[in-house]
Amino acid sequence: MQGKTKIVAEDGQQQLFITREFGLPLALLFKAYQDPAIVEQWMGTKVMKLENKKHGSYHFVTTDPKGNKHGFNGTIHEFVVNQKITRTFEMEGKDFGVQLEFLEFEALTAETSKLTMHVLYRSVEVRYKILQLPFAQGINMAHNRIEHILSQPKNTN
Amino acid sequence: MKSRRDVFQAIADPTRRAILTLLAANAMTPGAIAGNFDSARQTISRHIQILTECELVEQQQSGREILYQVNAAKLVEVVDWLQPFAEMWDEKFDKLEAIMKNYQTDK
Repeated sequence: MQGKTKIVAEDGQQQLFITREFGLPLALLFKAYQDPAIVEQWMGTKVMKLENKKHGSYHFVTTDPKGNKHGFNGTIHEFVVNQKITRTFEMEGKDFGVQLEFLEFEALTAETSKLTMHVLYRSVEVRYKILQLPFAQGINMAHNRIEHILSQPKNTN
Repeated sequence: MKSRRDVFQAIADPTRRAILTLLAANAMTPGAIAGNFDSARQTISRHIQILTECELVEQQQSGREILYQVNAAKLVEVVDWLQPFAEMWDEKFDKLEAIMKNYQTDK
């Protein structure tokens, strides 16, 4: 099952590219990054702060299904409407450190647009850890399910 | 030398994936691995054997004990680490697209 999002992460590098084409005019795609109320909806997070300007910063807090809160923050270096956002990104309370993100927005047609995220991590190791995070969560969920099944009181050896 | 197909079959089994998850965190003795499951120790041994045959897991001598550890190079070869990462972004972007399409028609 191939989605619309493309990830390019070459071996041995500390950067990656995320690209996605949208069935949306450029202005609407950009608005989804600019308007805090819309950011909250699609990212499933609470926007504590979002200053869309040079020297501005942002702070998001996401609550997971268990009720734990996870903070994300960063500083905005460039904010050019319908063109680009350059910012840092940090997951709070994790060991991944800060990453640098270049977001570029472009119109393909009047009704379609494209986003390219160029992300730089501190090291090859950090990139690897972040990339395999969703994989590890998936495998952990499988593990929890099997643990649950195995812990049913029918096996008595 | 086992075929790639066998390797994929090896990781298709949930118990074997659970063993790989455990070993990804720490090298463990066969007894310690079995201690995490309610299945017969023999069953778990058989799973470990299959993982070892496929080179997903390797033995390491530690004093008198044999520890099993993940062969990360092999695991990276057969598992598409990027797939769940791409799916995570796909979900977010699908949501963005759906929300903005509504936004467009609401105007």
